[in-house]
Amino acid sequence: METKKIEIPVMADLFARGEKPEYLFWVGCAGAFDDRYKKVTRAFAKILTHLNISYAVLGKEESCTGDPARRAGNEMLYQMQALQNIAILNGYEVKKIITICPHCFNIFKNEYTDLGGNYEVINYIQFLDKYIENGSIKLDAGMLGNTRITYHDPCYLGRGNDIYAEPRSILKKLTNDFVELERNKSFSYCCGAGGAQMFKEAEPGKKEVFIERTEEVLRSDAKIVATACPFCMTMLTDGLKYKNKEDVKNFDIAELIVQVLDL
Amino acid sequence: MAKQIVFAITILITLGVFTFTILRLISYFKFTKANFPIRDFGKRFKIMLEVAIGQTKIFRRPVIGFFHALVFWGFCVIIFGSIEMIIDGLFGVEKSLKTLGVLHNIIMASGDVFALLVAISILVFLVRRLFMHISRFEGIEMKKISHQDANIALSMILLLMLSLIGMNASYVQLKLTAGETIYGVYPVGVMLAPIFSGLTVNGLHLTYEICWWSHILLIFIFANILPYSKHFHVFMSVPNTFLTRLEPLGKLTNMDDITREVKMMLDPNATFDAPAADAPISRFGVKDVEDVSWKNYFDSLTCTECGRCTSVCPANTTGKMLSPRKIFMDLRARMKEKGPGLVKVGKDFNDNKSYLRDYISEEELWACTTCNACAQECPVNINHPTLIVDMRRYLVMEENSAPSGLKTMFSNIENNGAPWQFSPEDRLLWADNLEIKV
Repeated sequence: METKKIEIPVMADLFARGEKPEYLFWVGCAGAFDDRYKKVTRAFAKILTHLNISYAVLGKEESCTGDPARRAGNEMLYQMQALQNIAILNGYEVKKIITICPHCFNIFKNEYTDLGGNYEVINYIQFLDKYIENGSIKLDAGMLGNTRITYHDPCYLGRGNDIYAEPRSILKKLTNDFVELERNKSFSYCCGAGGAQMFKEAEPGKKEVFIERTEEVLRSDAKIVATACPFCMTMLTDGLKYKNKEDVKNFDIAELIVQVLDL
Repeated sequence: MAKQIVFAITILITLGVFTFTILRLISYFKFTKANFPIRDFGKRFKIMLEVAIGQTKIFRRPVIGFFHALVFWGFCVIIFGSIEMIIDGLFGVEKSLKTLGVLHNIIMASGDVFALLVAISILVFLVRRLFMHISRFEGIEMKKISHQDANIALSMILLLMLSLIGMNASYVQLKLTAGETIYGVYPVGVMLAPIFSGLTVNGLHLTYEICWWSHILLIFIFANILPYSKHFHVFMSVPNTFLTRLEPLGKLTNMDDITREVKMMLDPNATFDAPAADAPISRFGVKDVEDVSWKNYFDSLTCTECGRCTSVCPANTTGKMLSPRKIFMDLRARMKEKGPGLVKVGKDFNDNKSYLRDYISEEELWACTTCNACAQECPVNINHPTLIVDMRRYLVMEENSAPSGLKTMFSNIENNGAPWQFSPEDRLLWADNLEIKV
């Protein structure tokens, strides 16, 4: 099978040529720098190319949304980041933003609005679900077939923004054996990395949060635990390693779609 | 007539004490900060109907939630009977609402049946509290007095229901023995009336009066104990759901003071103008009770210490210090401690203590993942994470205090626009050699 190189469109280049893409794809810091999560960015970019979506990324002009700073109490730093990002986004007349990270999604959708950043913000899971529902992405359950898959709800998609149905709808089309974790949807249990925990040591306790959640994943007997957040991915991948259960895999939903579509 | 006078005096004392208590609590609200404006009445009314009246969040734990719903709905119907008793007491009449006809029958019958259902539910609660180990009723914030508070309130409700059941049964037997008309319908009363069949008309009358007075006096005492108890939620929970924060759980509140400062920093012209730079700026974040919003304090008065928040908290369930319930129990306790001084001396009152540190430690605050499980679970829509972040805001922006990992993250964002130490130049490396099959 032949392959074609994907050139990722960058906003500044497009703008210089007088082009305006429909979507801004906000990659996020984890999407750009985390070795494991970069594969998710690549997977989603493949899907965008596959669907012929008019989009661009900010590239070097992208900067942290300020989410971890804000949740750690550094409102000053958050607002510095936010106001500078908004200036760049508004400079490019961005109307629609697609995010892969739920933390970036939440902050654009709910918090930048207070600082004059008003965009239509779409999480990639909603985006993928839409294109699956309208038939543009054709999933063949035969690929993953009877592989047991479970799903860990990221707090900022689930409780934070009430997105529960779309990831499940996608996963049920990818496998005939989708199982819920004991604590799921609004009852879901955090991976332990939110609220800037990702960047600090945990306080003393009797257990790590990610171990507690990993054990729950293992009890489901799933072969794949699907996630939709870079922090959840780090925590669960670490948890599975820690438990020496590397036959259980952690994939992002976008990666599973790319596997099935064989892109 | 004597009965009416005694009753009128009793009710005046009840209202007097209650008014005193409530006015004092209201005076504390003056020291709290503004929060969201109360708009969207339709939306708020809908939330109140669902969460308070429909008990939707209580039912997230279906079995025990069912018993709580019985108690809540019981209170909702029994209150009409209580109103009738007050009218009867004041005007020296009997069953004054009988003029309502069928509606009166419904009120009496539902109150009668629910009295039994509430009594059974309360027994279930008491057995759970006294003889079963329910982990969410434990924790560092759960002192002996918290358990006593719960048991006293439950016992009082049980007595309230028993006196009501006794009142209805003796009323039915009294009217049967005396050959008089029974006003209202009493399914449980009719069933239990034979217990009193050995009594004379006088004996029955006395029994009825004892039950009547016990019930109404217990209501009056209960109403005045509630504001000092965790069971204040009997009054506070319905309004608290009406006053729910309507934003998505994921959203934090913007600090407009900071926005002004940051805009000045980013726009050099504004810095040169320096408008009102010498104007006093209030403290950033929350250190003590005068920094919290009215809604935070309202939440703290509403909390009934059920511990559902703490039982789902990832930090707490893995043995960390943080307990979302404690955040609000401590806020209420701290206001109780500092409030009188604030009222007396004014907003500058200082007792050399503060909510943050003397009550809530930094270790507790830094353990929060802002996952919002606590806020999702709270049956009365208390919002914990926003207050936790407000205290972090104080620590970071007023004291430059944060765990070292977070300080590194801050400086990375400042220096290279990412929480990790990577150059912005490398932001597109992920796209290298990306190919798609065709």
